[in-house]
Amino acid sequence: MTSPDLLWLIAGAGAILVFASLIGGILRQKLSPNGENPVIENLSARITSWWVMVIMLGLAFLAGRTGVILLFALCSFAALREFLTLTTHDRADHWSLVACFFLILPLQYAFLATDWYGMYSIFVPVYAFLLLPIASALRGSTKDFLIRVSQTQWALMICVYCTSHVPALLYLQIPGFEGRNVILIAYLIFIVQLSDVLQYVWGKLVGRTKVAPNLSPSKTWEGLIGGALSASAVGTALFWMTPFSPLLAAAMCLMITTLGFFGGLVMSAIKRDRGVKDWGHLIAGHGGFIDRLDSVIFAAPIFFHVTRFFWSTT
Amino acid sequence: MNPALHAFAARVAGQAISVFARFMTAPRAIWQGIEPVPRQRVYFANHTSNGDFVLLWTVLPASLRRQTRPVAALDYWLKSSLRAFIGREVFNAVLIDRRPEARTEDPVTQMVTALDQGSSLIIFPEGQRNSSDTALLPFKSGLYHLAKARPEVDLVPVWIANLNRVMPKGEVIPVPLICTLTFGAPIHLSGGEVKDAFLARATKALLAGRPDAEGRE
Repeated sequence: MTSPDLLWLIAGAGAILVFASLIGGILRQKLSPNGENPVIENLSARITSWWVMVIMLGLAFLAGRTGVILLFALCSFAALREFLTLTTHDRADHWSLVACFFLILPLQYAFLATDWYGMYSIFVPVYAFLLLPIASALRGSTKDFLIRVSQTQWALMICVYCTSHVPALLYLQIPGFEGRNVILIAYLIFIVQLSDVLQYVWGKLVGRTKVAPNLSPSKTWEGLIGGALSASAVGTALFWMTPFSPLLAAAMCLMITTLGFFGGLVMSAIKRDRGVKDWGHLIAGHGGFIDRLDSVIFAAPIFFHVTRFFWSTT
Repeated sequence: MNPALHAFAARVAGQAISVFARFMTAPRAIWQGIEPVPRQRVYFANHTSNGDFVLLWTVLPASLRRQTRPVAALDYWLKSSLRAFIGREVFNAVLIDRRPEARTEDPVTQMVTALDQGSSLIIFPEGQRNSSDTALLPFKSGLYHLAKARPEVDLVPVWIANLNRVMPKGEVIPVPLICTLTFGAPIHLSGGEVKDAFLARATKALLAGRPDAEGRE
């Protein structure tokens, strides 16, 4: 599965991190030599976590299909654990929650691993959607029933169904692109995450107009436009490693970076409603898995289907 | 089995239980009132599940973990040989008899002996698992007697949140959900404080670590 293009992307991400680590180190020496500046401390925690994430992703890519599927199954698990911690459920939902983790999640990834498109593309929205409320109903508690089953379904759609569309990219059959599908995953993640970082940078530099002040004080239109455009420019320059022409690469990048931005906004709305700042605590400096993955989760299924519709023969 | 092998098996089992607890609950320790430093302490926590002390033990730094012993019910932990292995060998529990008529040793004396040997303790002052709707059951007097016998030891309140949702009483398979453990500021028996006043203060100190108190959930 390794190709020179993939190594280029990993090397590129590595170079950006070396650069970020240098800047972070200098800032730390100047502004926070004894760890007294929380912004600098958070920045260096973030950079350290980025190293871990890039290395994990790189190893999964080098390990091939099994590695990528396993990594994203684990991400789904951690994300689902974070999501269901914040949702409404009571004792009557115990079996349906157990099923989410130990039946639906593994089955979704098993269908994916066997390349059963007809099943993995409808398993959660059809089978899980209809069968899980039955498990809750059989236990007889009606209090907040619709709220409970809807939130559980939402958690599954976000954390299992949408997340699994990242590794699903491995199974598209694009003429002339055989054996290089892992590039699509690396490209999607690289552009969307780069856009997140650049939105933050643009927002800090020129951000004035807040998109939704009630949801997130840090998301501005200037940040969105600057971040999406500059990440898309990088994505367009990298068109040669994708199946897309320069123009279509630009369009794809604008689509996934915009989806990523609004994914972050939607997930912020949920956090605000539940009264928490972060989804979890396992990724130092970033928060939880969902905090880091929200933009990719929103971009992946549509990126998958658009690519499939226009480029794949299956 | 030879003793070295036995000790090794207990260590491996302890690690395995700890990894499993992390997988299920990604436990997060919030050191609100104290730091995790090597001082002799009695951690007292709310009790909703048999996993409570495992989780508390798991979030302690390894160096503190080795000298921290849970105080647990003898009737439960000696019921089968597997439980006895886990209780005695893996967690080195101070096993106390909850039945006053049957016991040969006084629980408070047993706990004080363990403290005098240099151990820290994990205790559940409610005395039994709480499956009621109230946040805490009334405390038993053990905590007071312990505070009176060894007034210099830090009594640290630890609120364990969410574990009752991971494994509700009567269920067999746990659901993975994130748990938090909030370590509050230590309390001590102040001069002349009577039992009821002290227990009320301890209850209040424990409840202060509850996330609900911060407006969550």
